[in-house]
Amino acid sequence: MTDKHLQIATQNLLIPAELDESILSKVLHSMMGHDIDYADVYLQSSRHESWVLEDSLVKDGQYNIEQGVGVRAVSGEKTGFAYSDEIILPALTSAADAARAIARQGQAGSIRSWDKRAVPALYTEEDPLSVLSADQKIQLLRAVDAEARKQDPAIKQVIASIAGVHEVVLVAASDGTLSADVRPLVRMNVSVIAERDGRREQGSAGGGGRVTYNYFLEEERALGYAREAVRQVLVNLDAKEAPAGAMPVVLGPGWPGVLLHEAVGHGLEGDFNRKGSSVFSGRIGEQVASKHCTVIDDGSIAQRRGSLSMDDEGTPTQKNVLIEKGILKNYMQDKQNARLMNLPVTGNGRRESYAHMPMPRMTNTYLANGDYDPQEIIKSVDKGLYAVNLGGGQVDITSGKFVFSTSEAYMIEKGKITYPVKGATLIGNGPESMNLVSMVGNDMSLDTGVGVCGKEGQSVPVGVGQPTLLVDRLTVGGTGT
Amino acid sequence: MSQLIKQARSGDPADFNTDELKNIVETMLGEARLKGASSAEAGLNIETGLSVTVRMGEVETVEHNRDRSFGLTVYFGKRKGSASTTDFSRQAITDTVQAACDIARYTEEDEYAGLADKDRLAMTYPDLNLDHSWELSTEHAIEIARQCEDSALSFDKQISNSEGGYLTTHKDYRIYANSHGLCGHYFSTRHSTGCTVIASKSERMERDYWYSISRKHEHLDAPEDIGKMAAQRALQRLGAVRTKTQRVPVVFQAEVARGLLGHFVRAVSGGAQYREASFLLGKLNESVFPERIRIDERPHIKQAIGSAPFDSEGVVNTEHDIVTDGILQSYVLDSYAARRLATQTTGNAGGVHNLFIQHDGKDLAGLLKEMGTGILVTEVMGQGVNIVTGDYSRGGTGFWVENGEIQYPIEEFTLAGNLADIYRNLALVGNDVDTRSSLCTGSWLINEMMIASS
Repeated sequence: MTDKHLQIATQNLLIPAELDESILSKVLHSMMGHDIDYADVYLQSSRHESWVLEDSLVKDGQYNIEQGVGVRAVSGEKTGFAYSDEIILPALTSAADAARAIARQGQAGSIRSWDKRAVPALYTEEDPLSVLSADQKIQLLRAVDAEARKQDPAIKQVIASIAGVHEVVLVAASDGTLSADVRPLVRMNVSVIAERDGRREQGSAGGGGRVTYNYFLEEERALGYAREAVRQVLVNLDAKEAPAGAMPVVLGPGWPGVLLHEAVGHGLEGDFNRKGSSVFSGRIGEQVASKHCTVIDDGSIAQRRGSLSMDDEGTPTQKNVLIEKGILKNYMQDKQNARLMNLPVTGNGRRESYAHMPMPRMTNTYLANGDYDPQEIIKSVDKGLYAVNLGGGQVDITSGKFVFSTSEAYMIEKGKITYPVKGATLIGNGPESMNLVSMVGNDMSLDTGVGVCGKEGQSVPVGVGQPTLLVDRLTVGGTGT
Repeated sequence: MSQLIKQARSGDPADFNTDELKNIVETMLGEARLKGASSAEAGLNIETGLSVTVRMGEVETVEHNRDRSFGLTVYFGKRKGSASTTDFSRQAITDTVQAACDIARYTEEDEYAGLADKDRLAMTYPDLNLDHSWELSTEHAIEIARQCEDSALSFDKQISNSEGGYLTTHKDYRIYANSHGLCGHYFSTRHSTGCTVIASKSERMERDYWYSISRKHEHLDAPEDIGKMAAQRALQRLGAVRTKTQRVPVVFQAEVARGLLGHFVRAVSGGAQYREASFLLGKLNESVFPERIRIDERPHIKQAIGSAPFDSEGVVNTEHDIVTDGILQSYVLDSYAARRLATQTTGNAGGVHNLFIQHDGKDLAGLLKEMGTGILVTEVMGQGVNIVTGDYSRGGTGFWVENGEIQYPIEEFTLAGNLADIYRNLALVGNDVDTRSSLCTGSWLINEMMIASS
């Protein structure tokens, strides 16, 4: 948050609704009964657009305006929550009443005076949607389509999309928080279908971040996505059956960091650990991964898709070391879970929108660099799988079981990459698999900015990353033998 | 700021002013026409509700929701633009119409674009008896959620922890209107209760859940029974072991078999067909299932969770077969896909409503008997489903079965095959039909799949 952000938020959210800081203060004051620990008001307005090209034509465009206010009262482990898509005082008051109803009636409590802390903005407040004209957006999609099609005659279908969000949020809380953020988020996706000798396959690529659309024009990024999608589909046209069974697995750098997100990330979110429902509960200080693993969640990396200048409770984001050399150091927290566990907040309180309750969520989660040359890691494997790119993943945080699926993978035989294999799901157990990470490369990179994480029905943008690494044993779910 | 409708009390749908809402939609279609649109369609949706969760006997969350959205698509000849808003002020709605029109100035002509043909529209439509409001206090909602969780927690001392019991009740009002003169609208309600609990033994934990959902709250299962079911399911997972890599027959329990039916719908949907992105590409009138299999859609079942009086572009939806005698009779189409494929819409804009696969009269135990030795799958994980190629590879949890009897729980394995083969090898469909969603199926026995484990 900067003073400028608060000014923008005041202009966008408060003035049109004839609200001001003193009214927010009164609303919060009215909610603070004797057993309410905390209350907050979250105002948000967002504009979202998308353009889609298919059959070489941009024939679909969408524009959405969303705004509203969410009001929350917290009493110990209890939360009362209500929201309204009208930002007007009566709606705010009635939401506040509904949220407060979780507490017993009593004297109104006190709220702290506003603490307007300025934190550095990690991204531009410029409107990401308006840096290009509609014509320029369409030209960009056409160029991507042409680039993909000219790579190979096997390309039969190209679907390219560009989407952007411009969002203004303001958080006012009983602990004195009064913070605002102006958030851009753009994304581009290219997906292709190729056909050769009667066989069809798909490939896709994309990227983005908390930047404007200009990002896609720089360094030919948009055209790069087209080339990458085609490269992937051509690899897959030659793919043979994936093997079935347990074997060593080398995961490439960047997006394969989905491994960390699933195998440890969710299990280290504060809410699960407060409730004791995670396989990592009560294990701070214990060895939960091999000594090669240092896992970090960092919401404060400039312009990244998973980054936020402040989280959705007004806490500035920071770099949190979750696991250091295999030892569990920290959970990710929002205000409620940090208070109940008597631990510091970590800037991980996030929500999909005003209509959703905040909870501890990841931002950009990655594994720190190790010492190995990636080639050396591949060479060390006698027979195994090399997964260069993944689809999505999923975890059961209670049993620790996690899965992810490959979208580009190869067999490694006698230390050499031999042939591409079809997509397969890999399954493991979080703490066990992390203890089997035996080599970590020196080529750490973050993903290109395409991640969406879902938890309890709420989707938020996230980032992942890692260097090349070797897991000594994971179960590969192919059909071959 | 001028408001077209007044704020209802949270969770109280009594304040819906349907005339005013219809008026908004009609006005906006009129504005689109004034701005030069040759045709237009608009949808408006309002949902109000209450959700409560109780964890370890204590209230955890109480949430009142009221969601609104208004969306408009305009056509300028064969050019199209769409916009939506949650802000119902006059200004915001006018801006939304303008935004849709602005987009349509830039999009390119698509010869297949446009409203559904007028003669297919549901100018009259049935009352499907979907609206059964539940006048219940927050305290009562909490009490039901608590009973559900308590029944699970007290079922066995190995049920050691809980992610909570819940109750939700929602009321939804939907309008769809277009410039052919259709203005269809209906109310519906949805009530659900359930819980997720954790069983533990020797420092290992397993969680599982159960829930009930209905249009009418009187039809919900008793909270005690739901809790018991959740507890039993979590307990049964304790002591799971790994299995070996092997080819074996597999029974997918009904909730998991639903996913396989869903993949079939995606593969025969118009989008996957006209984009030539389906492993069932061009399979119309060809055999895709064994000869016994019939799959049909029944969109108008009274009170059913998946029912709708018309599809999301206002088209009449009717009972029809998608698969008869194992042969694909029809794709799943909206008007756009139908035009691309030079055929007629099947009334499936927005998806399918109550799809049923005919069962073979045997219950789950009967399927296991028929299987003899193999795996009963109770949960699948991950996104390893490729509709373009049919390649299927997912994580699984379940039980090892011998001589038709469950032996012990197994975990951390994958199931792989090709969906085209899975459908061809569908040996039996159970009569344990799960009707909690739009895809209604019993358990499936598949002759053989590849299992990987360590």
